[in-house]
Amino acid sequence: MPLTLIQPGRSVRIVSVNAGSGLQGRLSALGLVPGAEVTVLQNCLRGPFILGLGCGGRIALGRGVANRIEVE
Amino acid sequence: MKSRLTVALAGNPNSGKTTIFNGLTGARQHVGNYPGVTVERKEGTLRYGDTEMTVVDLPGTYSLTAYSVEELVARNFIIEEKPDVVVDIIDASNLERNLYLAVQLMELGTPLVLCFNMSDMAAAKGLSFDQEKLSRFFGAPIVNTIGHKGEGLKELLARVEEVARRGVQGPVSEIGYGREIEAELKTLVRLLEEENQIPEGYSPRWLALKLLENDREVGALVSSPAIRAQVEKSAKRLRGILGEDPETAIAAGRYGFISGACQEAAVSSVESRHSYSDKIDSVVTNRVLGIPLFLALMFLVFHLTFTVGDPLMGLIETGFGWLGDVVGGLWPEGSGSLLRSLLVDGIIGGVGGVVVFLPNILLLFLAISILEDSGYMARAAFIMDRLMHRIGLHGKSFIPMLIGFGCTVPAIMATRTLENRRDRLTTMMVAPLMSCGARLPIYSLIIPAFFPGNWHAPLLWIIYVTGIVLAILAAKLLRSTVLKGESAPFVMELPPYRMPTLKGVLIHMWERAGIYLKKAGTVILGVSVLLWALTTFPRPSEADTARFDAAREEILAGGHAEEEELLEQVDFREAEAALRHSWAGRIGVMMEPVIRPMGFDWRIGTALIGAFAAKEVFVAQLGIVYSVGEADEDSDSLRDKLRENYSPLAALSIMLFNLVSAPCMATIAVTRRESNSWGWALLQLGGLTVLAWVVSTVVFQGGVLLNLGI
Repeated sequence: MPLTLIQPGRSVRIVSVNAGSGLQGRLSALGLVPGAEVTVLQNCLRGPFILGLGCGGRIALGRGVANRIEVE
Repeated sequence: MKSRLTVALAGNPNSGKTTIFNGLTGARQHVGNYPGVTVERKEGTLRYGDTEMTVVDLPGTYSLTAYSVEELVARNFIIEEKPDVVVDIIDASNLERNLYLAVQLMELGTPLVLCFNMSDMAAAKGLSFDQEKLSRFFGAPIVNTIGHKGEGLKELLARVEEVARRGVQGPVSEIGYGREIEAELKTLVRLLEEENQIPEGYSPRWLALKLLENDREVGALVSSPAIRAQVEKSAKRLRGILGEDPETAIAAGRYGFISGACQEAAVSSVESRHSYSDKIDSVVTNRVLGIPLFLALMFLVFHLTFTVGDPLMGLIETGFGWLGDVVGGLWPEGSGSLLRSLLVDGIIGGVGGVVVFLPNILLLFLAISILEDSGYMARAAFIMDRLMHRIGLHGKSFIPMLIGFGCTVPAIMATRTLENRRDRLTTMMVAPLMSCGARLPIYSLIIPAFFPGNWHAPLLWIIYVTGIVLAILAAKLLRSTVLKGESAPFVMELPPYRMPTLKGVLIHMWERAGIYLKKAGTVILGVSVLLWALTTFPRPSEADTARFDAAREEILAGGHAEEEELLEQVDFREAEAALRHSWAGRIGVMMEPVIRPMGFDWRIGTALIGAFAAKEVFVAQLGIVYSVGEADEDSDSLRDKLRENYSPLAALSIMLFNLVSAPCMATIAVTRRESNSWGWALLQLGGLTVLAWVVSTVVFQGGVLLNLGI
C-alpha cells in the first residue's frame, strides 16, 4: 500500500519507489530504497510527512512524493 | 611529493562541512563563482609543514548522481579537476546515510579521507564503531573530529598529506551488485573497451555503472550508438528480472554494502538517537502549533532587526552627514563647485543612502544564520510548503518573501536556498512586491496628506496586502508561462537540532553582508554619480542665475524684516528652475504623456527617477520640486503643496505605483548577480514597471469614471 496510508508511529518496509529518474536518485541517496525500514513520525491528513529512517535520519516528504512509495 | 595540494571537502548538507572548512582555513578564504552557474566556489589556503594546501569547500551533496546544480558542481569538480585528496565529511551520528556518498567516492577511485565529524554527538548517542575495520572496508583513513571545537583538525591534515603522498592503495573493496547486474556490467565494460570509449581518467567499471544508473552527464560522454543500445537492452533486461529500475537496484546494493560494513564494525548501537530532536519537532511542526510558532519567531526576527538596527542606522546616517560636512567644508560657503557637489551630493549622499541599511542587513542575516544553523529553517520550509505550493512556489520560498518586507536586496540573496532554478527565479521576480522598509516614508508622507485619520491604518494595510496579492498573481503567471514546469517535489532532510556556533554564525552573516557591500556597492556608486549628473546637468543658464542673483540683491537692498525667509524662497525657486532645466527635469517632462493616465505630472516623474536610486529618495526629490527645501515624511508644508496639486485618487495611484514599480537599482544589481543574467534583471525591471503602470492607470481612470477623483 502507499506510504500515505500509514498511521504515525508505525514502522514499515519500502517495497518500491516509482518516481522520475531525477527524484528517484535523490530518494535513493537519502536512503529511501526498496528494503529500507522507515518509521512514519508524522502524517496529517493533508500536508507533508516526516519519516524516520532506520539509520537515524529524519526526512520531510511532500504528499505527492509519499504517494509514490509503496510499503508493506 | 607535491608541495602544493588541492584538497576538496565533500559531504552531505548538514554534515558540518562548512565548520570544518572555517576551522581549517580561518579568514584565508576566497569566494568566487563556478563558471556559468551561481553556485559559490569557496576556497581557502593553509600551510601544513612545507605543504601549501588549497582547500575547496564543495557544495553539500547527497550523492554523485547530480540532482541539483550544486550537486552537479561538486561532482564535476571531483571528476574533472581531480583534487589530490577528497575529504568526505561525515555526520558520525547519522552514519549510514552519510556513507552513501563515501561509497560512491570509493567507487570512483578518488584518494579519500573520511572525516567522522560530530563524533562527540555520536558518542553521546551510544554509537561506536570499530573504525579500523570500517577504514579497511572503504580503503581510506578515518579521522574523528568535533568541528565546532576544532578538535581533530591536525590529525585530519596529517592523514590528508599521507594519502596525497601514497595515492590510492588499491584494490579497495568492490561492491558486488549481484549476479544479474554484474553480468550486465561486464558486458558493458567489454563493449566500452572494444569501442575505445573510455575518456581519460575514468575507470571502465565506474562508467558502466553510471550508464546503467541512467546518469545523463556520463551518458553524454559516450557517443557510440552500439553502447547506447546495449545500455538500453541491459536496463530493460534488469527491469524484467528485478522488477525495478537498475538505478534503484544499484542504490539498494550500495546501501546493502554500507549496512553490512556497519553491522560488522558496530560495537554498540543504542536506539536513543534523535529523541530530543523528535520531541522539539512534535511541537514545532505540530499541525496546530506549527504556524503560530513560526509567525511568532518571524515577528521576533523583525522586531530585533528593526529595533536594534534603528539606532545603528541613525549613527551611520550621522557619520555620513558629518563626512559630507567635512568634505563640503573644504570649499568656501556657498561655493558652486561642481566637484564639491559631486562628492557631497553624489557620492557621499548616494553611497551613504545604501550603506545606511547595513545594520539591518547584518542583523537580519545574523538571525537567519542562527535559525539556519540550528536546524529550524528546514522545519519552517516544511510548515509553509502546503501554503506556498498553492501559489506555485516551494516551501523554502517563504523565507525570502518575508525578508522582502525589510529589504529586497537580502531577500533576493536568500533565494539561494532554493534548489530548483525555476522556483528560485520565480521567487526572485516577485520578491520586490513585498513592500520594503524604504517605501514606508512615501506612504507616511502621502496618506496623512490626503486621507482622514481613521483611514490611515486601513490604507497602509491595503497597500501591503495589494503587494502580497500581486506577488501571488505574478508568481502564478510566471509559473504558467516562462517558468512553466513542475515545482521541485518536496523532499528534504530534517537535520537534528543543534546549537549554532558563534564563529559559524558570524562567518555566515559576514559572507552575505560582504557581498552586499562589495558588489552592490560598486554598482551603486556608479549609478549615484549618474543620477547626480542627471539632476545637475545641464547647469542653469547664466541668464537664470543672474535673474535669481538680482532678486537676492533686491531683497538685501530692500532691508525687509523677513529677509531670511524671502532669501530662502528665492533659493528654493532657483533649485526648482535648475531641476526643471536638468536632464532629470526634462526626462520628467518627457515622461508626462506616459504617466499622465496615472494622474502624474512631470514633478512626480522627476521624483520617480530619484526613487529608482533608492525608494526613499522619492520624498526628498518631491521636496526639491515643490521648493520646500529639506523635506522628510513629516513635512506639513510639502503635504499642503501636494494637496493643492493632486486629488486623493492620484495620491493613491502614486502610492500604488511606488509599491509595484521599478525596483530600486540595488535590487536590479543583485537580481542580475543572483540570476547570473541581465535578461531576468531587465524582465524584473520592465515587468514590474509595466504592471505598476497598469495597476495605477486602472485605479486612476476607474476612479475618474466612477467620479471618485473629486
